[in-house]
Amino acid sequence: MTTIPTTNPDEDRKKKWLRQIWHGISIPVVAVFLGLLIGAIILLISGASPIEAYSALLKGSFGSPAAIQRTLEKTTPLIFSGLAVAFAFKAGLFNIGAQGQLLIGAIVAAFVGYSIEGLPPLIHIPLALAAGGLAGALYGAIPGILKAYTGAHEVIVTIMLNYVAYNITNYLVNGPWKDPSPTNVIARTARILPSAELPIINHIPLGFIIAVLTAALVWWLIYRTTLGFELRTVGLNSSAAQYAGIRVARMIILAMVISGLLAGFGGAVETLGIVRRYEPGFNVGLGFDGITVALLGKTSPFGVIPAALLLGAMRAGSNVMQLEAHVAKEIIDIITAVILFFVAADVITRRIIRQRTADDDQVTLSTGWSGK
Amino acid sequence: MELTASRRNGSISWLVKNKWLTLIAIIVTGSIIFAYATNDVVTIAVLARTIRESTPLILGALCGLLGERSGVVNIGIEGQMLIAAFIAFLANVYTGNLVLAIIIGALAGALLGAFLAFMAVTLKMDQIIGGTIINILAVGLTGYFYVAGLTTRGKLQPISLGPLADIPLIGPVLFKNPPITYLAIILVFVVHYVLFYTRWGLRTRAVGEHPSAADTVGINVYKVRYINVILGGAIAGLGGAYLTLEGVGSFERMMTNGRGFLALAILIFGKWTPFGAWGAALLFGFTYALQTQLQFWGVNLPPQFIGSMPYILTILVLAGFVGRSRAPAASGVPYEKG
Repeated sequence: MTTIPTTNPDEDRKKKWLRQIWHGISIPVVAVFLGLLIGAIILLISGASPIEAYSALLKGSFGSPAAIQRTLEKTTPLIFSGLAVAFAFKAGLFNIGAQGQLLIGAIVAAFVGYSIEGLPPLIHIPLALAAGGLAGALYGAIPGILKAYTGAHEVIVTIMLNYVAYNITNYLVNGPWKDPSPTNVIARTARILPSAELPIINHIPLGFIIAVLTAALVWWLIYRTTLGFELRTVGLNSSAAQYAGIRVARMIILAMVISGLLAGFGGAVETLGIVRRYEPGFNVGLGFDGITVALLGKTSPFGVIPAALLLGAMRAGSNVMQLEAHVAKEIIDIITAVILFFVAADVITRRIIRQRTADDDQVTLSTGWSGK
Repeated sequence: MELTASRRNGSISWLVKNKWLTLIAIIVTGSIIFAYATNDVVTIAVLARTIRESTPLILGALCGLLGERSGVVNIGIEGQMLIAAFIAFLANVYTGNLVLAIIIGALAGALLGAFLAFMAVTLKMDQIIGGTIINILAVGLTGYFYVAGLTTRGKLQPISLGPLADIPLIGPVLFKNPPITYLAIILVFVVHYVLFYTRWGLRTRAVGEHPSAADTVGINVYKVRYINVILGGAIAGLGGAYLTLEGVGSFERMMTNGRGFLALAILIFGKWTPFGAWGAALLFGFTYALQTQLQFWGVNLPPQFIGSMPYILTILVLAGFVGRSRAPAASGVPYEKG
């Protein structure tokens, strides 16, 4: 970028800065608007009132301190699973298995949360979080190791491991880790001890703050460290990385371990901060939503936060919408799909707002299956 | 491409080259005959179930195969199947005509295929995102327009193929199936033939491996991709129609239950070939069928362990035998006419 000297460089820089910000956010903003518009058309066609539905949605997501808290609670695990998927993308890996890693992380965090007694919160909370993250990391290591040493495709292995994780957690909550209290008939673990509960400060869940800090940390790791540089090089062209002396196998394993760690944290935070125990069904789809969040956020760690917030707000508000406006909450998924479409199809979106295309912010993730 | 060349060098060298496959085939055939000799009723039940469980999987895998062979990765198979299952069910409820319902299901799949092709080929959108959009859209649309309490008007019934059905073992397993199951088996052969023995197939593979070279010799890359992805969508649509018209008989939310993703795995597992994918689909179908049998026999294992079997088996086979699989070179890469 060359700067053209003008009479007032300060003002010029300011203008340029504003233009850059608008350039960065214009596509998502327009995409959200179009998503809501098309959602409204579908609502109208099916005989519902879009105004009623959307105001209930807004009320349920941001209408009160309690609603905002609910939104942030829904957002928190999505930031983690979005980061997990985005991180793997940076290394050229498609981690469909965030769901499985998240389940394993959630149940291990629950186990540590309810079984270890007599610890102060200052030790118990980090311990349970770390245990969940570590469990997710180990679970993520499996596809990484298999990919690095046998060439087994990570997409297949992670899909398979999702089912296995579902079975493992199901077994544990029906068997050894089932809540032993005599009144319990449901397949779930015992409630975690108060010392392991992630607190909520002024309607802001602590987990949310941890998630935002983690996003910053992941950004630093990807863009400001040698490790991140090597990971991105492997992601862009693994043969070139090999020539440059980067140990590709090690990078692949490491990328999957960190991705699994992030997903595991997501599950742990969900357990310790919201559900307060492991109960099957509470975290269904969080890992898959992670794919959506990562794609909406253009696989950038800081893009993941607003993307997760958007999805989290819609998820939080959809219950109120269903209750008050009698609109099936799946309309949220339709809107999400449309938003994702317009973010990815920036050719169309730019034409709508008459903006020139810039090559640098085109979303590309897959360098092809072969993963080279 | 080198695969097909070596395959024509004669069947003996093929057997030597694919010794694992040959060994597996011998073991499988041997154990089926042994099982049949000891307990014919159970053997037939397990094998028949294997075929039926594998039907939606192989249909989904063939869909992915056509797309990827022409250079378009399709991770939206799950969504294509789900919407097709829903539409086919509605068609059955409102018209009562099962044949029409199958066709409408396939058309719904084809329409989504066209949508994917539009995103991947025309808009040059990242194909992973394109597929994800279809998956989310499917959950949204089928959930939003879901109407509780619709009752089905009949289900596709098995058709006996005359004297063929009377052959012991093979007859009841292969020749006493409902129509979409037959169709799936026929499609495996058709897709194999089309892909490896016709001009169209050669063009498709050329476009999937080296689109710019194909373009140079006058092949319309965009058209080839569009047609393959749309045809694939129709096949995935059949898979969806199978679920509502032949398998379950009614529609339930999220009823594809990951089959589209499994199909993706099966496709890669089968190394992007129709017969390879069919083998993988049958392996899956078999573990499903066995799972029910084991529980029936009272094998003393937690059901979740038996339930994990197909998936763990896939991982082991993949890591142990199949190893590094190579996708069509241009799969996932949008083509920019230069």
